[in-house]
Amino acid sequence: MLRRQYLDMAKQQKKKKEPISELKTMPTRKKEPRKIVHENAESMAKRQREISVSEFFAKNRHLLGFDNPKKALLTAVKEAVDNSLDACEEAGILPSVTVKLDRLSPPMKEPPPEEGAKEKSKKGKAPVPTERYHLNIIDNGPGIVPNQIPKIFGKLLYGSKFHRLKMSRGQQGIGISAAGMYGQMTTGKPMRITSKLPKNSKATFIELTIDTKTNKPEVISEKEVAWTHESDSGTAVEITLEGRYQKGKQSIDEFILLNTLSNPHSDFTFIDPAGEKFYYPRKTDILVDLPNEIKPHPYGVELGRFHQMVADTASKTIKHFLTKEFSRVSDKVADEILKEAKVKDFSLKSSKSEDVNKVHEAIPKIAIMSPPTDCIVPIGDELIKETLKSQTNAEFYMATTRSPSVYRGNPFLVECALAYGGDLAGDEQMQVFRFANRVPLQFQPSACASFRVLTKVDWKNYGLSQSKNSLPVGPMAVLIHVASVWVPFTSESKEAIADYPEIKQEIRLAVQDCARQLSLHLSRRRRADEEDRKASYIDTYIPFIGEALQEMLSLTAPQKDKLISTLRTTLEKGKVDGEK
Amino acid sequence: MAKNEKADNKALEQLTKTAKDVYDKSLKGQKPQLTMPVRSLSNVKYEKKGGYLALKNQLKVRTLTYNTVKSFAQTLKVMAISKELIQTDDHASKRETYYISKNWGAARFDEQPESDAVMDDIEAMMSVNREQLRFLPEEKGGEVAGQLVVIDKDRDTGKPLRIDCTGFGSGAYSIPISVEHLQFQTKAKFILCIETAGMFQRLVAHNYWRKANCVLISMGGVPTRATRRFVRRMADTLKIPVYTFVDGDPYGIANIYRTLKVGSGNAAHINEFFCVPTATFMGITPQDIIDYKLPTHPLKDVDIKRAKDAIKNDPFFKFHKTWTQAIEQMIKMGVRAEQQALAKHGLNYVIEEYLPQKLKKTDKFLP
Repeated sequence: MLRRQYLDMAKQQKKKKEPISELKTMPTRKKEPRKIVHENAESMAKRQREISVSEFFAKNRHLLGFDNPKKALLTAVKEAVDNSLDACEEAGILPSVTVKLDRLSPPMKEPPPEEGAKEKSKKGKAPVPTERYHLNIIDNGPGIVPNQIPKIFGKLLYGSKFHRLKMSRGQQGIGISAAGMYGQMTTGKPMRITSKLPKNSKATFIELTIDTKTNKPEVISEKEVAWTHESDSGTAVEITLEGRYQKGKQSIDEFILLNTLSNPHSDFTFIDPAGEKFYYPRKTDILVDLPNEIKPHPYGVELGRFHQMVADTASKTIKHFLTKEFSRVSDKVADEILKEAKVKDFSLKSSKSEDVNKVHEAIPKIAIMSPPTDCIVPIGDELIKETLKSQTNAEFYMATTRSPSVYRGNPFLVECALAYGGDLAGDEQMQVFRFANRVPLQFQPSACASFRVLTKVDWKNYGLSQSKNSLPVGPMAVLIHVASVWVPFTSESKEAIADYPEIKQEIRLAVQDCARQLSLHLSRRRRADEEDRKASYIDTYIPFIGEALQEMLSLTAPQKDKLISTLRTTLEKGKVDGEK
Repeated sequence: MAKNEKADNKALEQLTKTAKDVYDKSLKGQKPQLTMPVRSLSNVKYEKKGGYLALKNQLKVRTLTYNTVKSFAQTLKVMAISKELIQTDDHASKRETYYISKNWGAARFDEQPESDAVMDDIEAMMSVNREQLRFLPEEKGGEVAGQLVVIDKDRDTGKPLRIDCTGFGSGAYSIPISVEHLQFQTKAKFILCIETAGMFQRLVAHNYWRKANCVLISMGGVPTRATRRFVRRMADTLKIPVYTFVDGDPYGIANIYRTLKVGSGNAAHINEFFCVPTATFMGITPQDIIDYKLPTHPLKDVDIKRAKDAIKNDPFFKFHKTWTQAIEQMIKMGVRAEQQALAKHGLNYVIEEYLPQKLKKTDKFLP
């Protein structure tokens, strides 16, 4: 009886299972019936359309550095200042940049303490409302041709800097238009640009918004206005945006200050929301050497890019292509590459992809001169040392400028300065100042290649304590400047340098060079301390010799004093002699 | 303390000369130096003629440098004390000297061994003895009982003071720290120097000195300078033999007897006067252990090391083949026997049998 029942059940189950296994796409677990509408390629195609860059960034504004009100305000300032400095330098004008920030809304109370904030967010309350600011950045640059203004400020990924290899602050042509877009999104106010060319007596004023769907500028108004600034030419950008202004770390004040350090040839003026004016006059009237634009260096150009370059070139033959599209490839070098690749010069039109591959493979086997160094302009040992000095009051400073190196065919250069001792706190983590193409990097320190290098150096040799994978604790500050025709950032907000092995290696070598100088200094100081200690030890006991001899030989007081001073000199000298 | 002008003048002269040297050199801008003989067994030789361990010529030069500045200052300061003590005809014990230094601030001595070493250095440097520098040891001298009259001076009147060493009953006469001024009278046949107070007491209690017509000296371990000098002066003036009766172990032989007979390696500059070259070794010899069937203890590692060291490095034992053989015999036997082991045969066996038998064959005593 029991057995029968069991068999029946088994049968039933079997029956149940069979139809399910036929429906392969359905989940195996049975659910209450629910209508699922599946798409087909046609239906999907209806929704498939181009995503505008503007739209993408409107959704992902954190990628551009607009993640919170405080940072958004700083990013807007940063983008505008970077552009101004680049433009001035390219035009051979000593930059003079004014940043004016006005608070439009009544000031908020101090943000609630963190714990309170946490509780609030837990309860699901609305985020703290932000303040509204009007940002005005004025430079004395060459100005912008009126019909270019809408594209430059009203279109993402439009610019002069993306398609070339040249050391500059801006790279992609995203920054300033993104700032404008952020302002537009948070306040609904358009961007206002005033620009004057030297030859014109009047300036052009344009008010514009960005159509995020089409990534196109919409000019609201355009007119001629009087240029109210002293300079012969220049550009003023006004953005109204939400934000929060706070002094201290990662503030606009800090950004301006750091910029004065990396750009000693520029005047900076900052007028804060309280109306207080900070003026930083330039420290030198010598313009930085204008970096040259270069072609990529053959080392490190990846295969895909190499093919792309082959496809884009106007050259007819591979040899011509190599010599024209790359730096440091002479006829001789090109011949060597082809010889190594075991191919003869071939026409690119009918080229086989294998041959192109062979040529690409041969490149690393040929000794090719490092890329030209004049495409990168270092700040310079002395100047970065000065930079660090103005930020810290340390006992000892040292700096290194590495010679240029290459990553992915892009020349780059690392500079490092190190400060030790003095007023630097011995119980705090090492301070790190980062610059890329003279732009201070204030965010995401731990995502930066420099951080990865600094945490890997064994600082214990220099008397600092360090736990694994973290910055050392001790009286030390480090400044790292990476200059390149193309600085690889981890994101478009340009906050951290991506960790390419070549770049990390150069940073490491620069840091180690400074560290070596430091350890020399430390041992020299230890020796000096030891000398002091010895001298005071000698000073402690020599008077007793004088006393004893005075007692035994009935010396007069002057005789005794003379004896003591002579002996002291003899012993001090002896120490030095003994060291030789 | 009796005044000895000659010795005082020598010491003063030496002190002043050394100080003057330091002073002159310093003023010339040179590093002053203090030169003294190396005080260790490696820098002594056995002087056959005089029969003592004499200094060889290894010198230790202490140049004033950063490293030596403290001990240099301390040495000069102690020299200054010495000079003042001589000039005021006073003296200071080693311990007192250590305390004087406590007034020197940074240059003070932290422990007494430091100041003791400095005093030894000065002594060696000046080639005079500590007493001439007016530094007195704390160490107690030995004790004397038997057929001896010591003639001392009354401290107040300066009149001679006769001390009869037979008159101390069950006690004994203590050898003073300074013995240079003492004179002796005796009819005794010999002097017996005994290592332990226990054995000395037994012989005193039974008036052995009367029976054997001798002077008994208790050394209490390694004899002090005063004891050595006292015995030496007795032996020199009375012209009677000195016999030594110590434990039959490497310490008794290589330390106690050796120091009595030829002086110490550490203060070799004064050995000439502070030893008893005429002394001979009565017992307990390794052979005695066998002959008298004495109960023994095994030699410890330190004993064996001491014994081997004596054969290998001590110029005195190296000189005497008989000694080398005796010590080798002991090492081979691997045992040692104390003086009091004779009590195995009865408490007074030592008086009734051992000593009389040994004293019949004094020519057999080890050198």
